[in-house]
Amino acid sequence: MAIAMTLLTLALLPFVAALAIALLHGAPRIVHLGIAGAASAAGLALLASLAAPALGGDTPFARWDWVPSLGLDLTLMVDPLGWMFGLLILGIGLLVVIFGHSYLHENEDTGRFFASLMLFQGAMLGIVIAGNVLLLLVFWELTSLASFLLIGFCQHKAEARQGARMALAVTGGGGLALIAGMVLLGLIAGSFDLTTILARGDMVRAAPLYPLMLGLILLGAFTKSAQFPFHFWLPHAMAAPTPVSAYLHSATMVKAGVFLLARLWPVLAGTELYTVTVTSVGLVTMIFGAGVALFRHDLKSILAYSTISQLGMLVMLLGFSREAAVLAAMLHILNHAAFKAALFMSAGIVEHETGTRDIRRLGGLAKAMPVTALIATLAAASMAGLPPLGGFISKELMLYETIAFSSPNAVWLLPALATVGATFSVAYSLRFAAHLFAGRPREAEPFARAHDPSPAMWASPALLTAFAVLLGLAPMWFAAPLVSAVTAAVTASAPAPVELGLWHGVNLALVLSASAVAVGAALLLQHRRLLAAWEAARLPDAGRLFECVLALADRRARKAMVAVHAPSLQRMLLASFAVTILLVIEGALTGGGVLTGARAGLPASLPAIAAWALLIAATAAVALGSRDRLRALIYVGVIGLVVSLAFAVLSAPDLALTQIAVEVVTVLLMLLALNLLPKRPPVLSSAPRKARDAAIAIAGGVLFGAIAWAMLTRDPGPSIAAFHLANAKPGGGGTNVVNVILVDFRAYDTLGEIIVLGIAGLGIFALLDTAGKGAAGARLRAWRADMPRSPERHPVMLVTASRIILPLTLMVGIYLFLRGHNQPGGGFIAALVVAVAFLVQYLAAGFDWSDARKPFGEHQLIGWGVLVAMATGLGAMAPGSPFLTSWFDYFSLPLIGKFELASAMLFDTGVFLTVLGAVMLALQELSHIAQATARPGGEEAP
Amino acid sequence: MSYEFLLATAIGVLVAGGIYLALRARTFQVVLGLTLISYAVNLFLFASGRLVLNRPPIWDAAKGGAVSAYTDPLPQALVLTAIVITFGMTAFMVILSLRSFLETGSDHVDGEAVPCDAQDGLADGLADGEGAAP
Repeated sequence: MAIAMTLLTLALLPFVAALAIALLHGAPRIVHLGIAGAASAAGLALLASLAAPALGGDTPFARWDWVPSLGLDLTLMVDPLGWMFGLLILGIGLLVVIFGHSYLHENEDTGRFFASLMLFQGAMLGIVIAGNVLLLLVFWELTSLASFLLIGFCQHKAEARQGARMALAVTGGGGLALIAGMVLLGLIAGSFDLTTILARGDMVRAAPLYPLMLGLILLGAFTKSAQFPFHFWLPHAMAAPTPVSAYLHSATMVKAGVFLLARLWPVLAGTELYTVTVTSVGLVTMIFGAGVALFRHDLKSILAYSTISQLGMLVMLLGFSREAAVLAAMLHILNHAAFKAALFMSAGIVEHETGTRDIRRLGGLAKAMPVTALIATLAAASMAGLPPLGGFISKELMLYETIAFSSPNAVWLLPALATVGATFSVAYSLRFAAHLFAGRPREAEPFARAHDPSPAMWASPALLTAFAVLLGLAPMWFAAPLVSAVTAAVTASAPAPVELGLWHGVNLALVLSASAVAVGAALLLQHRRLLAAWEAARLPDAGRLFECVLALADRRARKAMVAVHAPSLQRMLLASFAVTILLVIEGALTGGGVLTGARAGLPASLPAIAAWALLIAATAAVALGSRDRLRALIYVGVIGLVVSLAFAVLSAPDLALTQIAVEVVTVLLMLLALNLLPKRPPVLSSAPRKARDAAIAIAGGVLFGAIAWAMLTRDPGPSIAAFHLANAKPGGGGTNVVNVILVDFRAYDTLGEIIVLGIAGLGIFALLDTAGKGAAGARLRAWRADMPRSPERHPVMLVTASRIILPLTLMVGIYLFLRGHNQPGGGFIAALVVAVAFLVQYLAAGFDWSDARKPFGEHQLIGWGVLVAMATGLGAMAPGSPFLTSWFDYFSLPLIGKFELASAMLFDTGVFLTVLGAVMLALQELSHIAQATARPGGEEAP
Repeated sequence: MSYEFLLATAIGVLVAGGIYLALRARTFQVVLGLTLISYAVNLFLFASGRLVLNRPPIWDAAKGGAVSAYTDPLPQALVLTAIVITFGMTAFMVILSLRSFLETGSDHVDGEAVPCDAQDGLADGLADGEGAAP
């Protein structure tokens, strides 16, 4: 269990640190440095404590279930490969934190910087210690996001935002492919557990889906590791602060792709497809990156292309599918991490102290900053592969491997091309050191400012360079045990003794290496001429191509969006209606059958026909005369009245009551709103447009009338009415079946409905409560009454009558509520009636008078209503019944007699409170707004 | 004429008037249009239980539980909540259009920033928040 806790702490530590730094955002920067440094150091210590078992073959391992149904477990393991990468991530992370503290200026946002950095550290560490491929994907995506934040750290710079976006687009896009590839891999292998997958290499390679899966996984790895043709994001990512580049683009982020290839080596490697693809992509990237690096002028850009080249070399070595090549790759990962991080930091120091990164403006800096010059020159020498440095050993191993890989087929192209790449590497490395530190200063200004920084700043690169030197001088001490164990872990074989040294006698690799150095030095001497030729060639820039493609896609997407989604309600509604009508027509034409069914009709009474005529006339009046809005509102009231009459006649007393009450409230609401809206707007639509809309409207009306007719003249299908009718009384304790359905059988629906209504009420409150501010408030205050006003604002007759009516109406409401379970009525209707009773007071006596005497708050009503309804439902769960199960019984009291108590009644109370609150809130707020305009005429009611 | 015919034609007329109004350019008309459509929808939903006279779904010991003695209560329960929710929706729309009018000074559904449709006389009467003269 101790191991499990160690692993969990190791994985969580950076995230905890990131969170802590983010929370202490305002603290002094030394606090941020302290947390980040302590977390990295503690992680390093934990890792060191795991060294013996991890490298000794007894892999520390811990597993927790996360989403077992998906095969996603929280599996952590530290095998030698993970241990080595963990060492790089935490070790270089610690140095970068120290370096970053000196590099960042006083006024920079160190909290955000270190929080993002630790987030990235955690994500990266997660990748290398994940023991489940799905978990690995989670961390993989997290590195893309964290690197986005880090690259775009200087938010005010356009190039930083662009670089961050490009990096996210490319690595995130590759990440998507990787997800598909990993899922395929897991399905092929039958498990998402890494150890299981690695043991099933033969099975995976034989699977028919292997090529597809390989392609997807390689896409993910190549985009992350900036392989050609996905390399272009890396140079643009140089807009990041230099400590970020030193961290992400030397040892961690870009190595994630290489790590993945190494991690899945036992499963993927060995097939011809893998070998050919990976080797050639790596080779092309190596030569391309090295060639371009020779002609860049920005120090970080040189290093970025150099990184692309070096990553290409690593990918190529892994592509060989030979154990010895894996060994060379693992050694070079160590070397590259050491010298490249040191070089990035040196570039940062030069920029920090001279104010520029343009190599054409610098030169002769060895005099001004000797310490930096020594550090950078040694690191560059290692990058060039000069003895006696670490880079020499791994480069020679690489050349040897190209020869060994090619010799059975006697193909000499590969070693020749690899030597070309190595030559370019020598040339740009020497240029970096020579043009920067040797010779005379090219411009006076940056040189005059230049000086060595404080030891706190050069300590980190110095340590890394020392490591790069030691890797060359004593490789058997510093590298051999680790590299041997890692190679064994990658290739899933027994650890073999490794022979590393500077001198292997005179062999072909040494000859190639020496010629690379000689030709590279010669290239540097001819640099001016080569540069002229390069600039004359005007090669296309992949980054710009990418931007062009993106811009094109963006334009197309915008066009398509505007075409289908015009920001016009009129057009959208037109399209919606037209499509619906066409669908109905299509269904009618293809469905066959006849319009009129066999069900016999009910002969209509004369009053019904009269009411029907009234409805049709009122509808026509609303539609055609809607410009006079006040009149239109009256006609709407007429329609509502006829509808509620129809409900009353057609055996739906509850609906009739609800409709009539709602009608009153709706018309009141619209009246209040209309008070502030224009009463007679100008004619807007032209005649042809009106004709078109009328045609659509008539088509819609005919079709929906026909559907209703077709339905009404046919017998209904089997209904569940029988259940409701049979169980209302014995099961629900009520004889009003509609009410029992609402508060019992389908109480869950009702609960949802009252919540929606409550939210609508609160939404109205939010819309109106802030209307007094800004442009809306200015318009409200400037509003002048546009209708003739009654000389008497609160007519005595109306006021007196309304006060007499109030208790009567309240009693009716309570009566309707109480009898609702057995007779037409219930919480909905009662609430509406009570709301009307109160609203009449507002209407008659004015807002101020009524509001001051109001015994309740609408918000509380809504809240309590929902709570009561919920509590009723939850109460049923106490004895073990399902949510909202109802209960009822009969009691008797003297004087009153026998009565019934039902939990459904309590639920109905909740409905009552919520509906009352929502309706009151809407109308009360609206009259409040109208009141705001009416001041300063706010006379008190009589 | 049967009740079925009256109801079906009423639904049709309400839908026609509702669609026509919903396609107008002013918020208040659109609200009225949607109100008419809501009536039609509620009536249609109610009609799915078919039309029955004088047999309300109030359980009566004398009639017992025979299905034929009552109308279908389920559509009624659904329509009852639909009516209340319709109110909530209408109220919200009315307030939304009011707020948008106060905010922009225009009660055009598409606001002022919309590219002018040549057929829509969008330009007139938008500048002043007072709307048209009473």
